Amino acid sequence: MSESINIFFVMLKRDLILAMRDKTDFINSLIFFIIIIVLFPLTFGSDAKLINELIPGVIWISALLATCLSLESIFRSDFEDGTIEQITLSRYPLTLIVSAKIIAHWLTFGIPLIIISILMGLIFSLPVDVILALFITLLLGTPTLSLFGSVMVVLTIGLRGSMLLSLLILPLSMPVLIFSILAVNNASINQSIIAETYFLGGILLLAISLAPIAASAALRIRLS
Amino acid sequence: MYKWIHQFGSPKYFYNISLVLSKWIAFVCIACFIAGLYGGLVLAPADYQQGDSYRIIYIHVPASWMSLFVYLVLATSGAITLIWRIKIADFVARASAPIGASFTFLALTTGAIWGKPMWGTYWVWDARLTSELILLFLYLGYIALQSSFNDKRIAARAGAILALIGVINIPIIHYSVEWWSTLHQGPTISKLDTPSIHYSMLIPLLLMLAAYKTFYIYVALMGVRNEIIESEYNTAWVKKLLDN
Repeated sequence: MSESINIFFVMLKRDLILAMRDKTDFINSLIFFIIIIVLFPLTFGSDAKLINELIPGVIWISALLATCLSLESIFRSDFEDGTIEQITLSRYPLTLIVSAKIIAHWLTFGIPLIIISILMGLIFSLPVDVILALFITLLLGTPTLSLFGSVMVVLTIGLRGSMLLSLLILPLSMPVLIFSILAVNNASINQSIIAETYFLGGILLLAISLAPIAASAALRIRLS
Repeated sequence: MYKWIHQFGSPKYFYNISLVLSKWIAFVCIACFIAGLYGGLVLAPADYQQGDSYRIIYIHVPASWMSLFVYLVLATSGAITLIWRIKIADFVARASAPIGASFTFLALTTGAIWGKPMWGTYWVWDARLTSELILLFLYLGYIALQSSFNDKRIAARAGAILALIGVINIPIIHYSVEWWSTLHQGPTISKLDTPSIHYSMLIPLLLMLAAYKTFYIYVALMGVRNEIIESEYNTAWVKKLLDN
């Protein structure tokens, strides 16, 4: 048992080190995230009031797209050089290993994304309540996206690129997006966001309990 | 019991029995279509509020029921594929997906056509419409995933996982969208004890549902037979069949 826990941390550390050594992938997706947010005010003109109403939703949509892009790399190099086959053949539970990889992805991508979102909120001078709601929803929403997304990544890895991946992830991420936007809208009119937060938390728990199992099952299918 | 399942799951047996069944199913389907359409379009009285334009429900409502039903079939046969590895389940899922997508599309378009005179607009961002649209995207994603694999066995099992995740997500999507906004009228049929629809309108609707369901089974069986011939191409009985 302790050995299994150990392999979880070994895997987590390995993926974090790899991410630190080769930063291009996640830095690129973060820059992509910022560029999309900046493009919206450029399209809708400089009406500050309109921008203020739109920007929380824009931040969420950009986060969704950037997650789609960055997730693609989560298993790619391991799949290409055969590491993932060796891992699957090992006697350790695949679910734990997959979870470690997903957590590593969220730590290196999700957390910087949340920090950038808050900075963006400050730059666009959003009310404090809205920024807080944005923080909470992103904190609960981005891990859900990473978890469900990782299953889709495993299913589509080595197939026809990221188009198919987005096609699979985006419809499934609708509930997270809707509850987050509802929470942010409520916060902007000084309403409570408790209910939406509970729903997001519930979806996250569902994702935590099911996604690693589904991802490792999908991995075994892809390698069969 | 298990013996029966295995016999039923063998492609040759399934092929022969589905040929026999299809004839009867087609007969029931045509009978229900004629009776349902006649009852719905001619016999049933006009609605006191919507006039004759409500009659599109005889096309629209069964289509949207079937769109959900076929997704459940996808998920169920996906589970069977993953657990028992019965080949027929793969074929059923593969044959059902395009039919389900078509039902979803039909439900959306007939809804839009009805919406124009009734709501004054083709499309509103209402809960049921939006979740039906997302269902269409789920179907399209499923079909896209299936068609991007060369190996059909792997495609079936990958699709099974996607369908299972989708089926868990459908209620969440539905309630999230429902909370987000609602304009669509409440359900009429599910209150079976005191339905808010008169029997002269309800009976044709149920007939149409039976017609749609038998139509789906008929077309799906056709697709399954196609898949069977394709995958069992090298066996003796298929060669004999194709020679005739």
